[in-house]
Amino acid sequence: MTQPNRNEPGASNGVRRTVVRTVVALAGMFAFAFALVPLYDVFCEVTGINGKTKNSAQAIIHEEVDESRMITVQFITRGSSGLPWELDVETRQVRVHPGQTNEVNFTFYNRSDNSNWGRAVPSVSPSNASLHLRKVTCFCFEEQYLQAGERIEAPLVFQLTRDLPPEIKTVTLVYTLYPVAHENEPLQAQVTAGKGDEA
Amino acid sequence: MAFHFPKPTPQQNTTTADAGLADSHHHERPRGLMRWVLTTNHKEIGTLYLLFSLTMFFVGGIFALVVRAELFQPGLQLVEPEFFNQMTTMHGLIMVFGAVMPAFVGLANWMVPLQIGAPDMALPRLNNFSFWLLPVAFTLLLSTLIMPGGAPNFGWTFYAPLSTTYAPPSTTFFIFSLHLAGISSILGAINIIATILNLRAPGMRMMDMPLFVWTWLITAFLLIAVMPVLAGVITMMLMDINFGTSFFSAAGGGDPVLFQHLFWFFGHPEVYILILPAFGIVSAIIPTFARKRLFGYASMVYATASIAILSFLVWAHHMFAVGLPLVAELFFMYTTMLIAVPTGVKVFNWITTLFRGSITFEPPMLFALAFVVLFTIGGFSGLMLAIAPADFQYHDTYFVVAHFHYVLVPGAVFAIMAAVYYWLPKWTGHYPHERLAQVHFWLSVIGVNLTFFPMHFSGLAGMPRRIPDYALQFADFNMVSSLGALLYGTSQLVFVLVVIKCVRGGKKAPAKAWDGAEDLEWSVPSPAPLHTFETPPHFERPAH
Repeated sequence: MTQPNRNEPGASNGVRRTVVRTVVALAGMFAFAFALVPLYDVFCEVTGINGKTKNSAQAIIHEEVDESRMITVQFITRGSSGLPWELDVETRQVRVHPGQTNEVNFTFYNRSDNSNWGRAVPSVSPSNASLHLRKVTCFCFEEQYLQAGERIEAPLVFQLTRDLPPEIKTVTLVYTLYPVAHENEPLQAQVTAGKGDEA
Repeated sequence: MAFHFPKPTPQQNTTTADAGLADSHHHERPRGLMRWVLTTNHKEIGTLYLLFSLTMFFVGGIFALVVRAELFQPGLQLVEPEFFNQMTTMHGLIMVFGAVMPAFVGLANWMVPLQIGAPDMALPRLNNFSFWLLPVAFTLLLSTLIMPGGAPNFGWTFYAPLSTTYAPPSTTFFIFSLHLAGISSILGAINIIATILNLRAPGMRMMDMPLFVWTWLITAFLLIAVMPVLAGVITMMLMDINFGTSFFSAAGGGDPVLFQHLFWFFGHPEVYILILPAFGIVSAIIPTFARKRLFGYASMVYATASIAILSFLVWAHHMFAVGLPLVAELFFMYTTMLIAVPTGVKVFNWITTLFRGSITFEPPMLFALAFVVLFTIGGFSGLMLAIAPADFQYHDTYFVVAHFHYVLVPGAVFAIMAAVYYWLPKWTGHYPHERLAQVHFWLSVIGVNLTFFPMHFSGLAGMPRRIPDYALQFADFNMVSSLGALLYGTSQLVFVLVVIKCVRGGKKAPAKAWDGAEDLEWSVPSPAPLHTFETPPHFERPAH
């Protein structure tokens, strides 16, 4: 077996080659760590294994309603520290057929003396139901702006597709309120909101 | 792909600023403190790493004793829960990044060039830099203890958003210190790879290398692969904390579970980084004191490589309770169990090496044998944890604490102790004091088992980790653990005494200090002179 003798120039060339290769590998792995962030989102969206739903409106699939099955859809709403809002839903539970289009109204209430921006972030359980939940309209697609003491109603229009796995009898939708950092006065806030949407 | 660079070599590129100093190094050596600050000698840097690691071992040990003292009895006696959390966090971070990793890098610095017949590491000045990053990193980390809001308190795994949204302001310093420690490890790994691949003695093939060299080569590749991921994760944390991004914040569309995936994608290979060099050490010591060739050299190499590759496919077994889909639980359960196969090959080979050997029980052998037994116990509790449905019971209990301390303390730390006893004659020219070393060994073995064995039971009974207070039924187990920890901790002072005595004098060691030792390092005088193998040795393949 031959390898460079370290007293010959071959050894330092070898060292240089090794160093360059390892540094390239290092840079690659650093980039890979950041690439994992969008990859993770794509992976979760494609497989639906993280209970994440689509962040934009989807069209209703016109299909025959499956009258043979009833699915219980539960709604859980949660506040969070840092946002003095309440999120309520008109009904905690509905029974629906797959294929049927349903509408449920949610109420946002800002119980503070200040106006703020907030957002309700959804999560679906069991997570393998999330691929079969189609949202036509959802307040969760965008940030909300509420004046002090303001109360608004926002609808959720959704459909469970017929190919929902048969073992799923109950689907739970959780909406958690989070503050959105727009630390500006209302008028300016609307301007910055436009920027935020672009970004 | 070929990379061509014009002259100056990379070393000169990276250190042009102190090129003048390096020149004087060759002509007249700096004396006193500056000798150690400016050294580019692999033996001196190895010594620096080992001394640094020993210091951190005691700092982290004191933090552990604070934790154990608080847990001595139920209720809150000594420290506030907030400070307790800082102690568990700092103990973990310092032991992993400050004690065990630098100890292995120090051993590699000392022994890899000697074992492959190289005159020094391939990149000596980089070597100096990668060492001196460490004191900076850990001074910074320790300084968070006196910052307003206290030190990091979110566990060594620093799960977001606990470590971002709810963390003390010192977290940014923690991130910076981890960046520095990470860069240090990366530079060390580059150096080790460059040395092993390019500076082997003429005639030494890859499959002729001692196993310590092999395991370190594979470890260095693991470091290259995962330390940048750690750097990426903590950079994302930094941006979440300071620059308003939302990588791990659900409020802004991020995902806290993503943090766990990224962290453990680094974290699981990291735990093998902490154990693979230990396998190499034990594979050197057992044949020496059994006076037999290592059984299954090639299978040892392949087993180490398989463990390293599998380590990238098992990360989510740390996350069984986070809400993974069933198919992921099954996948990670099976891949995790698969790791038991190459690990079993190793244990089998060590035992077969011992079989019908003429064994003597010098201090390094005592530690190596304790390693084989106690590491295997840790391996078995790891298999129990790998069973996904059972893990829902064990998750975040003291059973997990017992498991990883069994693989890290009588695993990695005992292997480091064994290595120090094994190579002290080569480093100092004196044998370590046999009787004192035996005292150290037995106190350590008893202390370790008293500390960590009861944790299996308290964990199975449901005692959660990282809690400063506990239910009354766990009182006895915890009292035993705390007494064991005190015994283990104080008995390490005996180790310091042995090392100091050995440096200052003792029974003179010949070049080949141990009867059955065969590798190249035993062909140079004891103590090894500052410069060795300036003309390459001729490597003779032992007859098979």
